Amino acid sequence: MTTHYLVLSALLFTIGGIGVLVRRNAIVVFMSVELMLNSCNLAFVAFSRMHGNLDGQLMAFFVMVVAAAEVVVGLAIIVTIFRTRRSASVDDANLLKY
Amino acid sequence: MSPAEITQYSGGGVIGVSWLMIALPLAGAAILLLGGRRTDRWGHLLGVAMSLASFVVAVLTFVALLGRDPAQRRLDIALFDFIPAGSLDVKMGLLIDPLSISFALLITGVGTLIHIYSIGYMSHDSDRRRFFSYLNLFVAAMLLLVLADNYVGLYIGWEGVGLASYLLIGFWQFKPSAAVAAKKAFIINRVGDVGLAIGIFTLFATFGTVGFKPIFENVGGASAGVMTAVGLLLLLGAVGKSAQLPLQAWLLDAMEGPTPVSALIHAATMVTAGVYLITRSSPIFEAAPTAQLVVTIVGAATLLFGAIIGCAKDDIKKGLAGSTMSQIGYMFLAAGLGGAVGYVAAIAHLLTHGFFKAGLFLGAGSVMHAMNDEVDMRRYGGLRKIMPITFGTFMLGYLAIIGIPPFAGWFTKDSIIEAAVQKHWILGAAAILGAALTAFYMSRMVFMTFFGEKRWEPDTHPHESPANMTGPMILLAIGSVFGGAFLVLGDRFMTFLAPVIGAPGPEYHGFQPLAPPGIITFVLVLAGIGIAWTMYGKRPVPVVAPRGSFATVAARRDLFGDALNEALFMRPGQWLTRVSVWFDNRGVDGLVNGLAATIGGTSGRLRRVQTGFARSYAMFVFVGAVLVTGALLLVGTL
Repeated sequence: MTTHYLVLSALLFTIGGIGVLVRRNAIVVFMSVELMLNSCNLAFVAFSRMHGNLDGQLMAFFVMVVAAAEVVVGLAIIVTIFRTRRSASVDDANLLKY
Repeated sequence: MSPAEITQYSGGGVIGVSWLMIALPLAGAAILLLGGRRTDRWGHLLGVAMSLASFVVAVLTFVALLGRDPAQRRLDIALFDFIPAGSLDVKMGLLIDPLSISFALLITGVGTLIHIYSIGYMSHDSDRRRFFSYLNLFVAAMLLLVLADNYVGLYIGWEGVGLASYLLIGFWQFKPSAAVAAKKAFIINRVGDVGLAIGIFTLFATFGTVGFKPIFENVGGASAGVMTAVGLLLLLGAVGKSAQLPLQAWLLDAMEGPTPVSALIHAATMVTAGVYLITRSSPIFEAAPTAQLVVTIVGAATLLFGAIIGCAKDDIKKGLAGSTMSQIGYMFLAAGLGGAVGYVAAIAHLLTHGFFKAGLFLGAGSVMHAMNDEVDMRRYGGLRKIMPITFGTFMLGYLAIIGIPPFAGWFTKDSIIEAAVQKHWILGAAAILGAALTAFYMSRMVFMTFFGEKRWEPDTHPHESPANMTGPMILLAIGSVFGGAFLVLGDRFMTFLAPVIGAPGPEYHGFQPLAPPGIITFVLVLAGIGIAWTMYGKRPVPVVAPRGSFATVAARRDLFGDALNEALFMRPGQWLTRVSVWFDNRGVDGLVNGLAATIGGTSGRLRRVQTGFARSYAMFVFVGAVLVTGALLLVGTL
């Protein structure tokens, strides 16, 4: 029973990870990151159910809070970059380097 | 008679405040140096006043000393506890005795005359006040040197006169030659001072004290080897300060300083400090015959060395400087002979030399002053009629130095020659030959400067110097005439110094002017004058110096003293420096710089990883996470 949830979670995490690595659009990359976070949440909740305690659910709430805060900051940065450079590609924002 | 004991003086009177002798010129120097340009207007007057006041104190102390019984004339005046540090307890005090007061009178007396002379000589110099402050500093340091009752006090004075000498040789420091000469004098003196310092350390290690009284009283308790070592180390110090072989090279260059400095420091007083050191340390040298022998050899060699240099120099001041070396060589020779006769002859010659050599230098300064600071004697000539006072005083000093009876030098130099002949014929021969050479080079100087035709530069208008310059010259000339007879006749000076160095043994029969050595010397002196007359008096002197024989060229180049120092010390030192610099640059710095370059280069390559592409960073994070996870799984299965 739990195994199905964990397999789903792993699938979602992999999809998210591949999305982060291969997509150029910052919004899509961002959504992929959210997908990875929520796949973790799914795993936490599944483990919580399996062990019969609330530790996993508690951790899922923490992840949600952090993800919400991250969305606010991240979207703000993406919008600002888009305004100045007319581009949402992560490859174009490469000024901070050696 | 053995020397009198040094007694503690606790009474008042002028002897109780004899420290004023040192304090007054020191205060003068401090006021003039700290006061700066504000004191420009009256600085020279203050300098003269302080020197004169010091002279007055010295005379009053001398009179007070004469009023005491001869056996009670060695007085120690305690001043303060200078260095109370465990077993090293240096109590500063003054030793007032016939020897030190003789020096004090010479230093302050001749010093005051030269202060007065300098008012005129330096009147065109905008830094006259600074000059007087240094002169006062010199007088104070020199008095500390001769009056201190311990070796540490003597050493402080010793270094003080070295400093004053350095400052005054380099007084015109904008001239590169003067700056270099000052450094040269300072560095060569350093070599001697190291010897003196180690000698004092050895004395402290042996006797546990640096005071004259306790050391001299216990000399018998020390081994002969230690005494010889101390004697040789003190001699090294004396040789440096007195420009004797092998540390003679600085004195000729020291003539870059103003002429009053040459007269006071590099002729009359400071360079004779070595003779004072040896005479003051006579108990040590009497216990070390080997050291005494070395002193006589140094003296005899230098007296010929300086005289030969003097024969070839065309620069009037350098000629006189060679002569100073030579005359101090006589003093070393006499001091090395030891015994009451030797020491008295050395100090008596030192005093008369102080008069006639200072007079000769002031005369040379007066001539230079008149000739637009020209020092080349080949550009003088015929000055006898234009500068009658300078000519007269110079002639009196000249007759004194070459030893024509009854002028001062004859009495004192003859005493030395007699004593040298009695010791060993080689020493006697050197002294007699030196006297003949002295007659030659001094006559050459007189003929080239005052006689013959005029060989002046076109725009030269010589004139007699003002009264404040001729006055001191006249007074010094009087000393050059009567000083020797006053000191030597009736053994007056020997009796006066007896409390310090003891009375002579029964084999001494007083001053004997008609003994064979004196006659031979006199004949050779006349021959020297004759040769100088045929070479420089009868024949016209060429304005450009002829090339000359090998001997002349060698003497002109100071008998290769500089070349020797350069080959033996300067070049190897330079190589050592170069090797050290190379090792520092390549070895030490190479290690440190190489390490830094390696780290820098590595990080320069590593930073290429920071491409700026966010997705490549993400890739690294994933790879890292996979590796860590894989590692964890691998460890878990083990």
